[in-house]
Amino acid sequence: MTAATDTHATGGHDAHGPASDHGGEHIHPPSYYVKIWVVLLGLMVLSLIGSEVPNKLVVLMAAFGIAVVKAYLVCAKFMHLNIEKKFVVYFLATSLAFMALFYFGVAPDVMQHHGHRWKNVSAKAAVTRGLEAAKVDGHGGHEAPAH
Amino acid sequence: MSTAAKPIATLRSVTGVPTGRLAMWWLLASEIVIFGGLLMTYVMHRIGHPEWATEAAHTNTVAGAVNTVVLLSSSLSAVLAHQAAQTGNGKKAANYLWLTILGACMFLVIKSFEWTHEIKEGFVLTRSTFWSFYYCAAGLHALHVIAGSIAMAIVAIDAAKGKELQRVEYAGIYWHFVDVVWVFLFPLLYIAK
Amino acid sequence: MSQTATHHDHGTATQGHDAHGHDSHGHGHHEEPGFIKKYLWSTDHKMIAQQYMWTGVAMALIGGYLAYAFRMQLAFPGKFIPAYGYMSSLQYNTAVTNHGTIMIFWFAMPVLIAAFGNFLIPLMIGCDDMVFPRINRLSYQVFLLSAIILIASFLVPGGGFNGAWTAYPPLSGNSEYNMAHWGSTLWVLAVALEFVAFLLGGINFITTAMNSRAPGMRLWDMPLVVWMIVIASILFMASVGPLIAGAVMLLFDQNFGTFFFAPERGGDPVLWQHLFWFFGHPEVYVVLLPAMGMSGDIIATFSRKKLFAYKTLLYTVFGTGIISFFVWAHHQFIAGIDPRMANIFTVTTLIISVPIAEMCFLFIATLYGGSITLTVPMLWGLAFVGEFLLGGVTGIFLGASGADIFFHDSYFVVAHFHYTFVPIAIIGFFMGFTYWSPKMFGLMLDETLGKIHFWITIVGFNMIFIPLFFTGLWGDHRRIYNYNNFSELARPELQDLRIIATVGLLIMISAQVFFVINLVKSYFVTKKKAGDNPWKANTLEWQCPSPPPHGNFATMPNVYRGPYEYSLPERESDFWPQNEPPAA
Repeated sequence: MTAATDTHATGGHDAHGPASDHGGEHIHPPSYYVKIWVVLLGLMVLSLIGSEVPNKLVVLMAAFGIAVVKAYLVCAKFMHLNIEKKFVVYFLATSLAFMALFYFGVAPDVMQHHGHRWKNVSAKAAVTRGLEAAKVDGHGGHEAPAH
Repeated sequence: MSTAAKPIATLRSVTGVPTGRLAMWWLLASEIVIFGGLLMTYVMHRIGHPEWATEAAHTNTVAGAVNTVVLLSSSLSAVLAHQAAQTGNGKKAANYLWLTILGACMFLVIKSFEWTHEIKEGFVLTRSTFWSFYYCAAGLHALHVIAGSIAMAIVAIDAAKGKELQRVEYAGIYWHFVDVVWVFLFPLLYIAK
Repeated sequence: MSQTATHHDHGTATQGHDAHGHDSHGHGHHEEPGFIKKYLWSTDHKMIAQQYMWTGVAMALIGGYLAYAFRMQLAFPGKFIPAYGYMSSLQYNTAVTNHGTIMIFWFAMPVLIAAFGNFLIPLMIGCDDMVFPRINRLSYQVFLLSAIILIASFLVPGGGFNGAWTAYPPLSGNSEYNMAHWGSTLWVLAVALEFVAFLLGGINFITTAMNSRAPGMRLWDMPLVVWMIVIASILFMASVGPLIAGAVMLLFDQNFGTFFFAPERGGDPVLWQHLFWFFGHPEVYVVLLPAMGMSGDIIATFSRKKLFAYKTLLYTVFGTGIISFFVWAHHQFIAGIDPRMANIFTVTTLIISVPIAEMCFLFIATLYGGSITLTVPMLWGLAFVGEFLLGGVTGIFLGASGADIFFHDSYFVVAHFHYTFVPIAIIGFFMGFTYWSPKMFGLMLDETLGKIHFWITIVGFNMIFIPLFFTGLWGDHRRIYNYNNFSELARPELQDLRIIATVGLLIMISAQVFFVINLVKSYFVTKKKAGDNPWKANTLEWQCPSPPPHGNFATMPNVYRGPYEYSLPERESDFWPQNEPPAA
């Protein structure tokens, strides 16, 4: 996490060179991993607190922002992607980028229920139906879910 | 075929990344698109269907949070197993792996209680497409938890005898990926309501 | 710098291991592995390649038989079909569906990627096996299981799946519509298992090519076909994920009453089309690239010329691979996608024809000025480029969203994609088989019989699909079981073309008899020994015995140059094997 540990990691990596096999390279003490774990748990608690904020945008930002940070920590520190060969990071990032591509190619048809001279009648109907049912449910005093 | 006679091909490492680890990264690349495809479709449906909010309100945030803690902790023991394997201590690595598997079992037990409760309440697979996605995504993830546990058990048995210690790291990498998927499933299914 | 160090290290490591390996080989001679261990439970990449190849060919026979049955029905509707019987409309749909599924997933994929990938990658990069031999064996076993499940799906109550190989819901998702509950479930299961098999195999291919190249072999020294199979595996791996997720969703829709794709309950059938084609279009390139790579290697060998612009060709392939992810929705122009998206996908689709055309031009440039010998593999290699060109050019019409509104779901589309897939799968298989079978079995095939087989197959193939372009242009709709039910399509001039197409199919099928005769004659009668390097080629697989023994190379090769050093003016012989040390 700290700058000091980062330099330590990179330094160890350079010294051994790319040809070095598994084991032997950059051994961190267990306390290094425990520290990261504590940070991860702290972030988790933070996202739970964030979810109680009445503002929906804040909830979403907190939830997904923290998820990204947690994922980064696990990937970089636990999976050791920070000291892995760069090309590995690149192809993993590429498969993530393809998922973004998938989203932007598909969302205009599936997420949207209307567009340029078309509308998805059945999806709109499903939304209306669902919202109506939720309203009825709310009035009927649906039992609170066990939290 | 005994494991002793590995082909020369397996022992080469032109890229500098050990073969097993390289293969694991490619496996993860393919897993990213499997989960990515499912979660992306979920996200676009979720945004397109505001009525799902009422359904999503019924997911059990506490169970999800506890499971997050369990998985994050099991990730810690997986990385400590790797650390032990790096120092050549196969026995310790195996013990940490069994601890990780214990975490996986806890995760599954909590999950089964959670699901039993939800199904009893009437939130079944076919109640609405939100629940279909909920069970589908978490179920696919649970399958990975099970697969990862089996893989880690096999690795742990070998590692305890001091054999194939490099595999401890590969099993760990897979486990961290399973953890990362959950890190995203948690806000998607439990927090964003 | 570190690269050299690595090579050096591994050079010594290799030698140490080599000695050890030879010891164990010595033991191996004493105890000859039993039939099961040798043929069914082998971890040897060459045996697994053969398993994939013959399983693929057996599946192709089933796929061809289905094609025969439904083409006969189309040419002579309602008549008795020899060796089939009378065909019902449901059987027609089942036959069409499974013909497509089998030819792509159980013939083109296993033969072009798995069989040739398994056989060629370790040999061509100079190592003794795949990096994970047992995962390789598992990959074939999962594949075999998937093939058995697919065949079993024909036999369950309700018959095989009949919702077309694209499996569009709601037809595929609801057994009330497709009347084949078990058939459709087993179909989805088989396809999903098949994907798992190829993911396992693909990871093996990629890792082997990245990590196990012979000392001295840079990435830029790998033969074209190895590059192509590796890139194809990467494309497969990066595109298939959403469809695996989609297959799970479809299975749930079919069996557990969810409604991911059922519009009446808030699902979205167009989503399936996106999931399918996000994989489906890169899939075209997954099977195209290995065939393209084979034809490139074959053309260079038989032109006795350096492959023109090897690096440019590879950059073109990288480009193709990336662009292939941006074109998928051109299959859905009339499915109700937003017209603004259709514009974007039209542009990307037309762009992707540029790199493909460039590959063809580079092959033509390789031919230019070469000393060409028209051996059987060369004929297949050239036919591949020529026939695929026709498929590519007709694709331009379909890629333009305006024109596609007219062409969509007509026989023009059918003819178009058969002009791409038949060259890929069938010509590709024969191209690879005739070129590498001397290495695989150590025996030469008969050239005359091979040429007869080639010409009759090619004539038959064109005779099937050229008429279908015309019927398509005249508005002949596909997926119609009996045209007599549609007066505007039951015209005699259209029916004549349909009959010509069916006759073409019969010619193409009967041509395969010559192939079988050739195999029997060459392998059991003449038994002409091939020698190590019958084509005088440079790549490493020709520098080991034919057929290669377990472990492939007596001494593991070192590589000194690229794969295409032909006809160098300063050298006496017109080829220069990659592993031949330069004169001191």
